[in-house]
Amino acid sequence: MSESPIKKIQATGMMRKLMTEHFLELDAAANSSASDRPLIAWCTSVGPAELLRSFGFLVYFPENHGAVLGSSRVAADLIPAANARGYSPDICSYLTSDVGSYLKQQTPLMKAFGMKGVPRADVLVYNTNQCRDVQDWLAFYQREWGVPLIGIDTQRGLGEITADHLDGLIAQHKSLIPTLAEVSGRKFDLDRLKEVVASSYRCTLLWKRVLELAAHQPSPISFFDCTIHMGPAVVLRGTPAAEEYYPVLIKELEQRIADGIAAVDGEKLRYYWEGMPVWGKLRDHAEQFAGQHACVVASTYCNSWVFEAMGLDDPFEAMARSYTELFIVRGEDWKEDYLKAKFADYGIDGIIYHDAKTCPNNSNCRYGMPQRMTRATGVPYVTINGDLNDLRMYSEEQARTQFEALAEQIEESR
Amino acid sequence: MSGSFYCGVDIGASATKLVLLAADGQVLARALSHSGVDYRGTARKCLDQARELAGVAGEPDGTVATGYGRSNVDFAAATRTEIHCHGAGCYHQARQAVSIIDIGGQDNKVIHLDDAGKRIEFKMNRKCAAGTGAFIEEIALRLNLDVGELDGLADSTNEPVRLGSFCTVFAKTEILSHLRSGAPVAGIVRGAFVSVVDRIIEMDPLDGVVMATGGVVAHNPVIVEILQARLGRDVIVPEAPQFTGALGAALTARKLASA
Repeated sequence: MSESPIKKIQATGMMRKLMTEHFLELDAAANSSASDRPLIAWCTSVGPAELLRSFGFLVYFPENHGAVLGSSRVAADLIPAANARGYSPDICSYLTSDVGSYLKQQTPLMKAFGMKGVPRADVLVYNTNQCRDVQDWLAFYQREWGVPLIGIDTQRGLGEITADHLDGLIAQHKSLIPTLAEVSGRKFDLDRLKEVVASSYRCTLLWKRVLELAAHQPSPISFFDCTIHMGPAVVLRGTPAAEEYYPVLIKELEQRIADGIAAVDGEKLRYYWEGMPVWGKLRDHAEQFAGQHACVVASTYCNSWVFEAMGLDDPFEAMARSYTELFIVRGEDWKEDYLKAKFADYGIDGIIYHDAKTCPNNSNCRYGMPQRMTRATGVPYVTINGDLNDLRMYSEEQARTQFEALAEQIEESR
Repeated sequence: MSGSFYCGVDIGASATKLVLLAADGQVLARALSHSGVDYRGTARKCLDQARELAGVAGEPDGTVATGYGRSNVDFAAATRTEIHCHGAGCYHQARQAVSIIDIGGQDNKVIHLDDAGKRIEFKMNRKCAAGTGAFIEEIALRLNLDVGELDGLADSTNEPVRLGSFCTVFAKTEILSHLRSGAPVAGIVRGAFVSVVDRIIEMDPLDGVVMATGGVVAHNPVIVEILQARLGRDVIVPEAPQFTGALGAALTARKLASA
């Protein structure tokens, strides 16, 4: 059996330790009968985690669990259970696999981290900046558990973000406070919120540095690595653990650059991945690309997880702006300008658009963008059909042929 | 015959096609077989047949494999995607910028080449088999016909029974409904061919010179007629369209050998 071309990042061990501590803390809280046990808030991935932490909630991110279900390839066993309850196979497969996990009482978290199960929420908090599905997703648990469901409704298709947009969003953030105070039994603490937002900001700058290092040629880290190593920036942002982790990862990547070590040996092609990862195929994809000496060096998925507005003085404006400046919330023109800048920054040779069957908001290939982008930049593309979690929507051979054909096309044009 | 010869083998989902090419670019022989389940054995069998037809002996001076079974050809020195090989095979005959349609057994492709034969863009159908050879086989099965009968039936009428469904399975159900209401079988077959063309036209604007290749085109010229009518201009069908990918592979083998 041939050796995998994927190079292990040594910092992974530390990340795993921090993530284990995070999940075990949640597990302990969920299973404690103590009256002063920490309370748990479920928060959508780009929801107001900082506000929740300021009230002392432990924060659990169901989309992270969705990714775990996808990458561990159990999603296809779980999705039918949700389908049978009326949740269509055409809606978000994070949602359907997570609801299926709940219905079947099966989660890889038990084996991976020794948890008793998914930690039950005391409050459910969403931001529709990702999609409407996140609201419906948490509404399932609201009906199951009878806990409060609150959230923020973000506009979509935004070009410039105006004061009107922000004023509304700031008001929505503030409107969450009474429920959070009631559930937590604590008063709102502005100073504490400022501390958490400042911590998130420091985390975002560190994660941004990781992404910038991938612009080096050859890149010391790939998109497939980043989908894993962004974990702390997602679930631990606003905590010391995230700030503790990234300097270690950065040091390792800088050392790789100094030593001439590339994520992909003999890097010849540099790709951009637009859309969600195919979680159950991360390793296969990483190996296929490495076999072609191609490194996916940047992606919308990982690169848009940078919230520089967290550095603003007003923590409410910081959250409102950070969680609205996202790629996914913006209009086509803004997105195309963003992509053009990324292609230039990272020296991109080719683009892979993933048309994820159940994730329209993260499938930016459906309104002519690939054709427009290639006309504007000359960078060739392929579009693969697949899904983030539901591998029944994915054709291995078609994707493989398209990846190979893209490499052929670029090599022929040189 | 003695001297150099090159081999291209295209192992598709349905059929394996092999071309032997002389050093001067002349096609010496073609061989065709169902791909079956033993790709390696099928490729070897096609090579033996082609060598006999061409009157050549020994191993080719270069072999390139393409198609879904491309990695299973033990006598191939290199592999290329069918997208590359259909492009190479078509450009060898077109010598101009061209939009290529390849209707295969399980997928459709549109490939754009520039004046120099370099690929500018390509597209594959979505994962669904609607509009591919597999769709036509399913329709034949539903109508209790041999696939070889379809083209003649489609040619016998100008009144297609339109199939509204995108999905192969739903189209088959729709056919049941048409049969119950007394629709003629020939019209249903022509309607299925129209559906194949619809799926192609949905993939790409198909600007400029258009060529059509692949087994479906080879065995069903009526599909090309319908396509021409829809586009309002001629569609070029290369010589032996089912072998275009194998020809492109053989041309690539020759190019690699001279590099």
